[in-house]
Amino acid sequence: MSNTHPCVVTIDHRSKPRVLWSGDQLVEVDLPVGTRVVYPKPPMAPLQDVDAAIRYAINHPLNSEPLYAKLRPGMKVTIALDDISLPLPRMKRPDVRQRVLEIVLPMLRDHGVDDIEIVVALCLHRPMSEDEIRYMVGDRVMAEFWPNRLYNLDAEKPGGMTYLGTTDAGEEVEIQTRAAESDLILYVNVNFVPMDGGHKSVAVGLCGYRSVKPHHNPHTIRKCDSYMDPHASELATRVQRMGRLVNSKVDVFTIETTLNNRMFDKPLDFLGRNEDDLSPSEERMLRGLVRSLKFLPQPARQAIFQKVPAPYGVTGVFAGETEAVHERTIRRNYDQYLVPVEGQCDIMVCGVPYISPYNVNSYLNPLLVSCMVNGYLFNLYRGAPLVRKGGTMIVFHPCSDKFDADHHPAYIEFFHRILTQTRDADRLHREFEPEFAQNPGYIQQYRTGLAYHPAHPFFMWYWGENGRQHVGRVIVVGADNEYVPSVLGYETAPTFAEALRMARETAPPDPEITCLRVVPMMMADVTVPEHARKQVEATASTPAGETVDA
Amino acid sequence: MRAAYFDVDGTLVGTNLLHPTLKYLMTTASPIESVRRVLGAALDAPSLVAAELKDRKLFNERLFFHFKGMSQDRMEFLSDEVFDAVIRPRIFRGTGELVEQCRSAGLRIILVTGSLACTVAPLAAHLGADQVIANRLEYKEGYATGRLMRPVVAGPEKARIMVADARERGIDLAGSHAYSDSFSDVPMLSLVGHPFCINPDAKLAKLARSYHWSILDIDRPTPGEQGVSRRRKAFGFFG
Repeated sequence: MSNTHPCVVTIDHRSKPRVLWSGDQLVEVDLPVGTRVVYPKPPMAPLQDVDAAIRYAINHPLNSEPLYAKLRPGMKVTIALDDISLPLPRMKRPDVRQRVLEIVLPMLRDHGVDDIEIVVALCLHRPMSEDEIRYMVGDRVMAEFWPNRLYNLDAEKPGGMTYLGTTDAGEEVEIQTRAAESDLILYVNVNFVPMDGGHKSVAVGLCGYRSVKPHHNPHTIRKCDSYMDPHASELATRVQRMGRLVNSKVDVFTIETTLNNRMFDKPLDFLGRNEDDLSPSEERMLRGLVRSLKFLPQPARQAIFQKVPAPYGVTGVFAGETEAVHERTIRRNYDQYLVPVEGQCDIMVCGVPYISPYNVNSYLNPLLVSCMVNGYLFNLYRGAPLVRKGGTMIVFHPCSDKFDADHHPAYIEFFHRILTQTRDADRLHREFEPEFAQNPGYIQQYRTGLAYHPAHPFFMWYWGENGRQHVGRVIVVGADNEYVPSVLGYETAPTFAEALRMARETAPPDPEITCLRVVPMMMADVTVPEHARKQVEATASTPAGETVDA
Repeated sequence: MRAAYFDVDGTLVGTNLLHPTLKYLMTTASPIESVRRVLGAALDAPSLVAAELKDRKLFNERLFFHFKGMSQDRMEFLSDEVFDAVIRPRIFRGTGELVEQCRSAGLRIILVTGSLACTVAPLAAHLGADQVIANRLEYKEGYATGRLMRPVVAGPEKARIMVADARERGIDLAGSHAYSDSFSDVPMLSLVGHPFCINPDAKLAKLARSYHWSILDIDRPTPGEQGVSRRRKAFGFFG
């Protein structure tokens, strides 16, 4: 393998240990000489004047008339917002959604539009609390709209969904009745990962279980390569089909924003950088942080990382017709996230951080660990998976048997009762999901509490389906129990050295090892040399464990 | 077949056994009798409290003793009035939808309560329940003797009655749901595959966290309704 990009370094004899996430702790890992380490790009420069960029975008939209031209007195407008799952962690105030609302709402009022409701487009995610919504939209919007005209989507409200039609592929499309009956839907997005945005905003964000089923299932995820690359994602294809149907029935004006990856503020901004490039004081701080995290109780560690907002800068604002906007948004995402990497590896090493889109203000439970490992971390690529088919992932996480009873009640039963019976995603989908999805008590917790919908734990398992099909083994370092890894189908090792020894047993001689230094957010843009390409293509559809002759 | 078993007082409605009891006692044939009965119940309050602390079954028996001498006709006649005056105004906001959701999921709706059957009958009709398991007064020559028919529906007895009834009707308890607010209903909640605690008392809430039982609040507004904000009380970790 050769790589000349500055974000891709090769470990040599002088290299210091790498510091990787293991939940909400940091661990020092001595990687073998020759290991390739892929770092996130430095943060892009943010826009100088975000408000001006917002105004420009809505007045000069892509493939659409300007927003003001769409407005008329007395019309009914629904504004939909991305929910708490992004960005991660929350950004410093003002959130970019607040900035967009504070520009758009006066424009609506100036054009005689009074019938406005703002809905958090969470689909089957958990509702946001009042404090969380306030943080996102700001005090002024809150004072004017909360709680009757600013609220969480209730996808289980009787009569709350309107059927719009069925696509040519048989996907049933329904969205929130209020939105379906509106003269205009304005969607305000934060496109934190390339999987999000585009037609996913309205067609998924405002839909219920009936419309989520056609794409949140095992066979759709298995066909994604990866789901962070919309052009190679079956998920994106289906959502696009359904979104086009929505857009043919309702006028949708999309406002998408992108952020840089400046996740940590001073003095912790060294956390995403090459350890060999740190100054002596930064090195001391890093060592101090690693040590002190060991002694802090878990809630304190969680508070440090989740409560401190990220100084993300806005790097783009695009508005107009959904698909035209999203092409620009994705390009801007890729500008920040994609790191060119030549060639795949046999062993991929990765720390699992404390946060995912699904545990904001709560704990990364065992099911979410698997969603991160086999799902998000595996899918952080474009082109080809970073790890070869049948290769091994070595990951770091305690895998504690801990669940948040308020946010993830259905996950508890799913993990302990259902997943212990089978890990077969098709069987889970067929035999257990229908009844779970209708569980009245869990639905009540979703509707009136802060809980994810009872179907959601199934989606979290499916989210790792393409990773599970591709990767041969997952070895967890630092697990504090054997039960959770065994339920997930993972092996355990007490140290990285032992994990590497285990991985080498099934790897080719002199295996290629790559460490993905994710957090802040990044993606590997993997190019495969010509001689290896046929092997990649031939094994693409073969389950992990089976060999294919090139 | 699967079922959803609901406790009533404190779970579906914001009442306890005292609320309808007092209404009955205050609505007798003559004002003097009403005063006598209410005073009698008031003077018995310390014993009732002691009984409640000791055993729910004991409490029920002690409380319903105050119906001694009331006619069966009058009890049944007053049940609609008791429902309209005492129970209906206190039905929790989300009760109807929760019951409807259970029905849509194919569950048989069964109310299991220490209240009197005649008191609960109008509520059962209002909610469209399929079955009621409740206490019944013993009558002799049309007048209550002050005793309850056996078995007394309370605490562990609720669970035994549920098991017998489930066996008779072919109900799959492992696939069934149960909802209650009271620690005294732990036996009932433990029987089913899907126990839920609604507005639980402190003891039940603590046990729920240990057992990973879900806790619901069905009196909260759903999105778009006026009123109470959805504040998160604390991280609820299971360790």
